[in-house]
Amino acid sequence: MPRKTTKKLIDKNGIRADGRKPEELRPTKIEAGVIRNADGSAYIEQGKNKILAGVYGPKEVHPKHLTLLDRALLRCRYHMAPFSVEERKSPAPSRREQELSKVITWAIEPSIFLEQFPRTSIDVFIEVLQANGGTRCAGITAASVALADAGIPMRDLVTACAAGKVEGHLVLDLMDVEDKMGEADLPLALMPNLNAITLLQMDGGLTTDEFERVINLALTGCKQIHTLQKEALKARYIAVKKAVEKQ
Amino acid sequence: MTRLPTFYENKQLVTPGDLLAEGNYVAGENAYNEDDKIYSTQLGLVDYEERKVHVVALRALYIPYIEDTVIGKVVDVGFSGWMLDINAPYLAMLRASDVLDRPFKPQKNDLSSIFNIGDLIIAKVVAYDRTRDPLLTVGEPSLGKITRGQIVEVTPTKIPRLIGRQGSMISMLKRETGCHITLGQNGLVLVSGKTLEDERLAIMAIHKIDQEAHTSGLTDRITKMILKEKGGVKHAQKDD
Repeated sequence: MPRKTTKKLIDKNGIRADGRKPEELRPTKIEAGVIRNADGSAYIEQGKNKILAGVYGPKEVHPKHLTLLDRALLRCRYHMAPFSVEERKSPAPSRREQELSKVITWAIEPSIFLEQFPRTSIDVFIEVLQANGGTRCAGITAASVALADAGIPMRDLVTACAAGKVEGHLVLDLMDVEDKMGEADLPLALMPNLNAITLLQMDGGLTTDEFERVINLALTGCKQIHTLQKEALKARYIAVKKAVEKQ
Repeated sequence: MTRLPTFYENKQLVTPGDLLAEGNYVAGENAYNEDDKIYSTQLGLVDYEERKVHVVALRALYIPYIEDTVIGKVVDVGFSGWMLDINAPYLAMLRASDVLDRPFKPQKNDLSSIFNIGDLIIAKVVAYDRTRDPLLTVGEPSLGKITRGQIVEVTPTKIPRLIGRQGSMISMLKRETGCHITLGQNGLVLVSGKTLEDERLAIMAIHKIDQEAHTSGLTDRITKMILKEKGGVKHAQKDD
């Protein structure tokens, strides 16, 4: 049950605590190719979330016994920096981070042609520098851009976004307080061109009707983020082209 | 025949998952077909050729092909050969029997006296099929250990751009800079010239090609840049 708070999360005009409308995303910025030493990388800022993703591989698997003979091994590591939240977080991977690493791996796995690189591993590192709710979704979004930046063949990009219910309103892209005080949170990852959902989680309660509406809301969020992902990937090349044409 | 729908113009930038064409098309390089729809698998430039749709990737990893010339670095010396890093997902093997034409005994011959760890080698891929690591050979006149020059790294997919149409780019580079240039299909390029200044110029041009590979009129711009740089050097000598 929602606790009584001094400040309402959604005011009588339907405006949220950070000034957004119910069906509005946080201001989002994505940049590709930010880590020189990685094969591919991306950085995302979604509201107060700041997340770095780096991709290494395909390369030979270490430790050797994990090698798969028919496809590549995809390993994702979701990690929060000790300074990413208000109370210092122990740098050791927590139970939550291990679980998120697993579900992120499963959300990204269907998008990659793993069978083209047997006996290798593709390592994805997602480092949360600052967290404010919805980091698993932003992490997946950034990781997918980083994979495309690494030149790894993919069926589609993976885009993720959450939607949920706060104080009776259905809202898009929940931030930390809304997630904690709200009634329901539903993160969803999507391959937009193939229209295939690769991750669907829910915590809290929704009626069947609300559930469907929340999913559709999350899907519209994904489509918006997808445009940003594509722009981020193209940005560097368009900049070079423009500079050349200017000459 | 009715024209089937395509969704982009030739040479337009596409990202993974973009729907390139629908209907009676064939998926070429960096594209795949699902339910008669062709999608891109890479960030790159789309190319429609009759019924074939392919994407020229802007960033991709090197996958070995038989007959490719590659430049590799020795990372391990074993009893019967060397392991080379050729910038691919897999390490490549160079057998001792390929280098020594006489029968050799592992106890007698010290392989590290021929190629040691860290040595750079120009080699050719003789066998590779994904189930086994690529096998290399140095049994041709132009192949073997690199003794002089500088190595430049470029994106492997941009090697064709570096060669140019019928070798126009590479022959221009060689002519204008006076350098000897060996292209490794794996994205490593060996540049060796008479002076460091020549090499510097060639490397600068190669970096520029790597960066601007997706733009048009590149050969002309590179030629201009080299002539300008050369002019600058002559000028500096006059001042002295």
